[in-house]
Amino acid sequence: MKTLEDLKRVREEAIKAMKVREGEQRVKVTVAMGTCGIAAGARETMSALLDELNKRGITDVTVTQTGCKGLCEQEPLVEVTIAGSETVSYGKIDAEKARRIVAEHIVNGHVVGDYVITR
Amino acid sequence: MEVTEVTNEQKLPRIERSHVLVCAGAACVASGAEEIQRRLEAKIQELGLNTEVAVYGTGCVGTCDLGPVLIVYPEGTFYVKLKPQDVDEIAEEHLLKGRVVQRLLPKDPTEHEIPTISEHPFFAKQVRIALRNLGVINPESIEEYIAVGGYAALEKALNMTPEEVIKMVSDSGLRGRGGAGFPTGRKWQFARNVQADQKYVIINADEGDPGAFMDRSILEGDPHSVIEGLAIAAYAIGATQGYAYVRAEYPLAISRLQTAIDQAREFGLLGKGIFGKLDFDLEIRKGAGAFVCGEETALMHSIEGKRGEPRPKPPFPAVSGLWGKPTIINNVETLANIPPIIEKGPFWYSSFGTETSKGTKVFALAGNINNTGLIEVPFGTTLREVVYEIGGGIPGGKEFKAAQTGGPSGGCIPKELLDIPLDYESLAQAGSIVGSGGLIIMDEDTCMVDVARFFLEFTVDESCGQCTPCREGTKRMLEILTRITHGEGTLQDIEKLETLAASISRTSLCQLGITAPNPVLSTLRYFRDEYIAHVVEKRCPAKVCRALIRYEIIPEHCKGCTLCAKFCPTHAIRGERREVHTIDPELCIKCGECLARCNVGAVVKV
Repeated sequence: MKTLEDLKRVREEAIKAMKVREGEQRVKVTVAMGTCGIAAGARETMSALLDELNKRGITDVTVTQTGCKGLCEQEPLVEVTIAGSETVSYGKIDAEKARRIVAEHIVNGHVVGDYVITR
Repeated sequence: MEVTEVTNEQKLPRIERSHVLVCAGAACVASGAEEIQRRLEAKIQELGLNTEVAVYGTGCVGTCDLGPVLIVYPEGTFYVKLKPQDVDEIAEEHLLKGRVVQRLLPKDPTEHEIPTISEHPFFAKQVRIALRNLGVINPESIEEYIAVGGYAALEKALNMTPEEVIKMVSDSGLRGRGGAGFPTGRKWQFARNVQADQKYVIINADEGDPGAFMDRSILEGDPHSVIEGLAIAAYAIGATQGYAYVRAEYPLAISRLQTAIDQAREFGLLGKGIFGKLDFDLEIRKGAGAFVCGEETALMHSIEGKRGEPRPKPPFPAVSGLWGKPTIINNVETLANIPPIIEKGPFWYSSFGTETSKGTKVFALAGNINNTGLIEVPFGTTLREVVYEIGGGIPGGKEFKAAQTGGPSGGCIPKELLDIPLDYESLAQAGSIVGSGGLIIMDEDTCMVDVARFFLEFTVDESCGQCTPCREGTKRMLEILTRITHGEGTLQDIEKLETLAASISRTSLCQLGITAPNPVLSTLRYFRDEYIAHVVEKRCPAKVCRALIRYEIIPEHCKGCTLCAKFCPTHAIRGERREVHTIDPELCIKCGECLARCNVGAVVKV
């Protein structure tokens, strides 16, 4: 450790890994994980979401799960809430669609109209 | 050192969606936290969640009576009193499906679940400065310590002059947290002023008060903050070598501190050329656990390999300490306060506390209280707030009787003084001390003579034997107290206790002897009537002293169920089935088994 910059570099890397402990971030993504959701492939959806966020180094997103929403036929359900705007619900989200939601909605701020079930 | 080139990309964990922090303080470890962590990790693996949920150990959360505990982030859900099998449910329900396991949440007094750790009343009144990272970071990860701002204060200090650093510490009003409460900045200034080819800094982690465990918890939960504080101290006085004197019965603290030292060396935060400006290294020295070695001159003798006995002062260690070189010895908690003071400024720190007792103090809450554990409050917080708000009151709806502060050097605070502000001056006025922060709460069933006897027994064991008044005097006092608890004391005994106490205090060399009579003096001051009841009426008002109580069976209540007789280990209870039983006082050893067994309340202690 020679300079403040060395310290800052380590710090910034480490902060990213610890961000999850600060509670909710700019974006909250909720994956429905009831029995219906899991049966419809919500686990894969969740993994894909996390993988995509990781690949892009996005740290201001809280990913969480919830139980069955009652709309079992639309599972896997994913909800995206960006601070200050309405929650958007997406239906029948598989791994590939999940990656698109990350790219278009979370990164670029455009709702992916094709998958929306309610806004 | 070129070690900073280890960029941590490959070492860093990937970004997970959830972190589970399992309390790895010694109390939780003792109640099975390690198995909980292992089982949780296995279950997470089994559920295929291992890439998205990470499990870490963290420092003592403070709610030791609720252990083992864990916290699930980002929600901050606080699960308590866990059994290994509960862990599967947490993994399957919470981590996989996002459903909080209600039955494992702590409950408020109205039996409602408390959903997150920040809403728990135990934490509401606390100001956590020395304990800031306990329960927040993984103590075995230097990256996490750096992430929460660690080692930035050291870097800042190294860009100031040593005098400026000392002024900051002085302005903060920080006083030594080990017991004596000497102003830390002034201690550093003394050592700074002395010219020498070599100076030393020492971490005093020889925590010895019965019931005090703040230093252990800080070393276990946030070792880097102590290392950083010590490095700042070293820079301030001009030392290049430090020692951590930790008692060997703290194996977890030693291993975490060693891990932290190794990591700091690897990162170039110990060794030569720290931030290009400081050469400083640190080694652990294990103590054998003698109470007297918490006294600084005895501690240094012990590090030098000599017998742990105190020597007269002056010369003070700041002038002639370890191997005759200028040395400062700071307590663990004191050092943990240094980085935030440097970072946020002395006046931020002095904004907490009272006129003469600045900042916060960690107390170890123990005894007859609902929330036992570790708390940190601003000086000036009243005893009542600590007992009834943070501590959650006395179990079983019993009455508060007294609080013992400061361990064997301290005294008892009675019920009438519940509103006393906890600070150096107020406690001294009440005949006690802040000490290292042990706070033992006692309910109405406590005999104060017995309490004094307990603490004196401790000092008799721990006296190093160097000074006759301490070695022999405390022993004589203990004999008198034992006599009183056996119902064989006289009124002259009470006077003798007071005379002995005064001469032991006056003629002992170190604080161990000087303060040894305090538990007796303070109980005599506030609970004299209890002593008198023992010697004159041969009665123990709290019904604790065995020689002064007896067990009886109330004939009107006894149903003759034979339960008490069945469990009596000495067959002292006689009586036919469905007939009134009686206890033979000759055979009774007063173990209390009959009282515990009786279902109809027929057995009483009188």
